[in-house]
Amino acid sequence: MPLLEIDDLNVSFDTGDGEVHAVNGLSLTLDRGETLGIVGESGSGKSQTAFATLGLLAKNGRASGSIRFDGEEILNAPARTLNRIRAERIAIIFQDPMTSLNPYMRISDQMAEVLMLHKGLGKRAALAEAVRMLDAVRIPGAKDRIRLYPHEFSGGMRQRVMIAMSLLCQPDLLIADEPTTALDVTVQAQIMRLLQELQAEFGMATMLITHDLGVVAGFCERVTVMYGGKVMERAPVHPIFAQPTHPYTRGLLQAVPRVDRGQETMQAIPGNPPNMARPPSGCPFRPRCAFADEDCAVMPPLAPAGEARERACHRPVKEVAA
Amino acid sequence: MVYDSERMEAIAERMGEDEVAGRSLWADARRRFLSNKAAMVGLVLLVFVTLFALFGGYLAQWSNEELDYNVMGVVAQEGGPSLENGHYFGVDELGRDLYARTVQGTQVSLMVGLVGALVAVVVGTMYGATAGYVGGRVDAAMMRAVDILMAIPYMFVLILILVMYGRSMTALFVGLGLISWLEMSRIVRGQTLSLKNREFIEAARATGVSGVTIIRRHIVPNLLGVIAVYATLLVPLMILTESFISFLGLGVQEPLTSLGALISQGASTMAYGTIWQLAFPLLFFCLTLFGFFFVGDGLRDALDPKDR
Amino acid sequence: MLSYTFKRLAIAVPTLLILIVVSFVLMHAAPGGPFTSERELPPEVLANLNAKYGLDQPLWRQIFTYIWGIVTEFDFGPSFIYKDRTVNEIIAQGFPVTLTYGILSFIVAVVVGVTLGVVAAIRQNSVLDYFAVGVSIGAQVLPNFVMAPILVLTFTLWLGWLPGGGWQGGQWEYLVMPVIALSTSFMASIARITRSSMLETLNMNHIRTARAKGLPERRVILRHALKPAMLPVISYLGPAFVGMITGSVVVDVYFSTGGIGKAFVDSALNRDYAVMMGVTILMGTLTILFNLVVDILYGWIDPKIRY
Repeated sequence: MPLLEIDDLNVSFDTGDGEVHAVNGLSLTLDRGETLGIVGESGSGKSQTAFATLGLLAKNGRASGSIRFDGEEILNAPARTLNRIRAERIAIIFQDPMTSLNPYMRISDQMAEVLMLHKGLGKRAALAEAVRMLDAVRIPGAKDRIRLYPHEFSGGMRQRVMIAMSLLCQPDLLIADEPTTALDVTVQAQIMRLLQELQAEFGMATMLITHDLGVVAGFCERVTVMYGGKVMERAPVHPIFAQPTHPYTRGLLQAVPRVDRGQETMQAIPGNPPNMARPPSGCPFRPRCAFADEDCAVMPPLAPAGEARERACHRPVKEVAA
Repeated sequence: MVYDSERMEAIAERMGEDEVAGRSLWADARRRFLSNKAAMVGLVLLVFVTLFALFGGYLAQWSNEELDYNVMGVVAQEGGPSLENGHYFGVDELGRDLYARTVQGTQVSLMVGLVGALVAVVVGTMYGATAGYVGGRVDAAMMRAVDILMAIPYMFVLILILVMYGRSMTALFVGLGLISWLEMSRIVRGQTLSLKNREFIEAARATGVSGVTIIRRHIVPNLLGVIAVYATLLVPLMILTESFISFLGLGVQEPLTSLGALISQGASTMAYGTIWQLAFPLLFFCLTLFGFFFVGDGLRDALDPKDR
Repeated sequence: MLSYTFKRLAIAVPTLLILIVVSFVLMHAAPGGPFTSERELPPEVLANLNAKYGLDQPLWRQIFTYIWGIVTEFDFGPSFIYKDRTVNEIIAQGFPVTLTYGILSFIVAVVVGVTLGVVAAIRQNSVLDYFAVGVSIGAQVLPNFVMAPILVLTFTLWLGWLPGGGWQGGQWEYLVMPVIALSTSFMASIARITRSSMLETLNMNHIRTARAKGLPERRVILRHALKPAMLPVISYLGPAFVGMITGSVVVDVYFSTGGIGKAFVDSALNRDYAVMMGVTILMGTLTILFNLVVDILYGWIDPKIRY
């Protein structure tokens, strides 16, 4: 039984512009200890998938389909069920460490309350455990600095605090939602290295959500590429870098700066992500796709394409990969 | 009675961007304002109250000073609203026509509100623009003075001033205006500070345009949106303040009257069963305030559509 | 935190001095002013005044004497009208009354307003929310001097449940209407501010984090959302306090509670400047002290501005 099983997930929002479909019929599975990357540009629905899993959608959001965690249905589950799972078994790291920590509470209180709630620890024991976890994410002088407020930390340090906080209960699944996007480039690398080490140490399954294929390469075993709320391609990490079989994946790869190729081959995908209030019919990538043809007006199914690999494209593999 | 200074700053911000973004902002704002139901209701109320104040007097069958001897002494029984004897709103305790008195009270209240707000806006804008434009130590000193003045319970000082200078209309206008410009000056100053370093101001300065002209020609026009919203919300506050003072019997003196003074008289006589003496002035008081508040809120939301 | 407090205090003291000097100069400059011989003061009063200020002395000396009296002995001098009463006596008589229902009104406005606002925000677009929004819009046009007659009309004249005025040592039936009249408009404003700031806070990222921790909703709101949502409310407390102090004048006059506001209005009608100034300075002092408390409270909640 997979640890997490998402089946035909749909997420939509009621907005002033009408209904916005953020996620359309997404399915994926994640085994214990596995690392999965979900890649896509902003607005591809990757973050909303994470929020739906933990029941954290905004007030105007609705989700349908099924999300089973360890065999238990948790999509739209009552708050009591979700609160048992949140932080204790599924933890999440948010994108922006500046605003995701409570600016009005000391780090100590923010961390201790997780342990007091889920593990029933007393304040003193919870604090000791929190300090231990801050040590684990290599915050120097954790014992003293735990008394500080978030604004007294730098961005990178704040994200370390966030990571430490998410790991307090040693969850089975960690969702990292763009954990490095808001940070400086040098700090990004440090945080990713830290996450990698922690993943190896604690062995939790990890879902890494990012727009940066480069980050995925060093971290994940499998990759799911999303666009316009739909899965475009999924594959183990090495094949996807060696030979992308979907035009969108190919475009993403070309947009990643790489040392083994010259700068001149690096190019961005033309055009902008779709307006999800009025998504294009058929394949959402069609308007930006160099390979698009008339048949793309119908969304291609996600079909197996070789070893542990699936793709949703009408064009033959040979044509795209060449 | 909150000024929502943050929202005001947001509006000012948008107005500043307007310089770059072209004039579509005003068109957008007008569309939003016209589709705002509460604001439209407010506008209708304001038009009605204004018409009442301006032309209501022509419908009156009695002047506001005449005493109706037929109902004197039997006001509670005979003095109620009636079409027959021409007292549409009844008479007051002395037998004067309440309709004519209400028209007069509405006129006075509206005028006090408008003039008071005008004084406040002019003083506040000039003070704030000067502080922001000059900057440095002058700015610091000027704003510290505002901080200090804000901590003073203005109503007591206003009453002190009124009592000393004989409770005249002029004293009231000046007094009201002088205690109400503080918030305005803060908003204007903040906005001036950020406008000051914009390219078009620097260009003007580089070509040798004087400071006063820059403030008048470039800075103040960019603040029009904030000023409009603020002034609209300030008018009802002025009316409230004046009514408060009149209620205490310290406001305008007879034969002049205001809605606050009429409410005060109505409240003191209602125990004798002359409820209309309270009801009609109160009604116009509430309509006027609602009108200004709704229009002011509508303007604010139209210029800064944040809460959607 | 301590240096922050001192900084605030350093602003409060000069403010107070300026208030005193300005009132004194205003009073002195008044046409037909208090110290000119045009006004016929009873000889005993004139003697009192002369003894107190030395009216033949230069202005700065009189101001200094006045301030010195206030600072060292809390002495506001003699009344200009009543031969044998000092300003202190007049204030001491009414102040406890005003303070009693004032504090009560303040508590009612804050507690009811905040509760209403929070509940309305949590149950957005529910009946309760509409009720709260309706009340706060309606109360904009129901200041204390409108509320007071409406209350008396309803509860005294029609229903006959409550006495229309008086104090009787502050028994509850004499407190109900003053407190409602004074607190309603502020309660409504506080509810409105709380609601909108709570709605804004609930959309903040750190609230999502709190939810992701598996905290029960009640704890998310009370422990994580309430503090930041209270910041705009706390900024409003200063103006609300001033508004209530001002409003107490109406309550004292209308409900004949015998509070300090009545003394102020009487002295205004009699041009008893000494009492007017005494009351103004007392109220100014209270306001300044209260703003000091608010500033400190703000710093306590928001760690970012503490230093």
